[in-house]
Amino acid sequence: MNRYVLAALMVLLGGAVARAEPLDLSRYRGKVVYLDFWASWCTPCHLSFPWMNDLQQSYGREGLAIVAVDLDRDPHAADGFLAENRGALDIVRDPKGDIARQFNFKDMPTAILIGRDGRIRATHSGFVTSQEGAYQADVVRLLAEKAP
Amino acid sequence: MNKLSRIAVLLAAGLCAGCSSLGPKPWEKDLMARPEMQLDPYPLQTAAQEHIYFSKEASSGGRGFAGGGCGCN
Repeated sequence: MNRYVLAALMVLLGGAVARAEPLDLSRYRGKVVYLDFWASWCTPCHLSFPWMNDLQQSYGREGLAIVAVDLDRDPHAADGFLAENRGALDIVRDPKGDIARQFNFKDMPTAILIGRDGRIRATHSGFVTSQEGAYQADVVRLLAEKAP
Repeated sequence: MNKLSRIAVLLAAGLCAGCSSLGPKPWEKDLMARPEMQLDPYPLQTAAQEHIYFSKEASSGGRGFAGGGCGCN
């Protein structure tokens, strides 16, 4: 009996560990990375998802990769939201805020825009729908650059 | 420097770090974002109550409302 309980626990724990994907930016070498930090409890973050999905669809072929880092402490808190809004975005879970601490930003959501050269080129603090044009212009400008 | 003042300096130096990290980081505000954590969990109800309050009292308005006090609102 005990053995089964242990086995079940291990499966559960394994699942939990597997959910905390590390952020591997080297996968996106040569691409423009839109690294978005969000959480399910953050309302402006919800607004950014349809926009990010449109952006990924429009510019994915030109080398744009949008990575959305979920900062919910409970790794399942965002499941419902993601089921409806994920689209084609890459999701990375950061329940302890380790990745967020490296970038140490001040607003939720914050998007870090990394150019093809691998450097941070722009930061979008917060998400305001009236600024969508400016956000997109930043992305398009970086996409036009050649990879080093 | 005598022992006492050394200890005093050490203690004072310890205080310097006291305010180095104030408050939660933005991504740690999930509890603060919950509806039950708002200062006013029922804004519509409060608005209605305040309207009744300042109309009945014929005073210069409810909390923070800059009104006339004619009782005609």
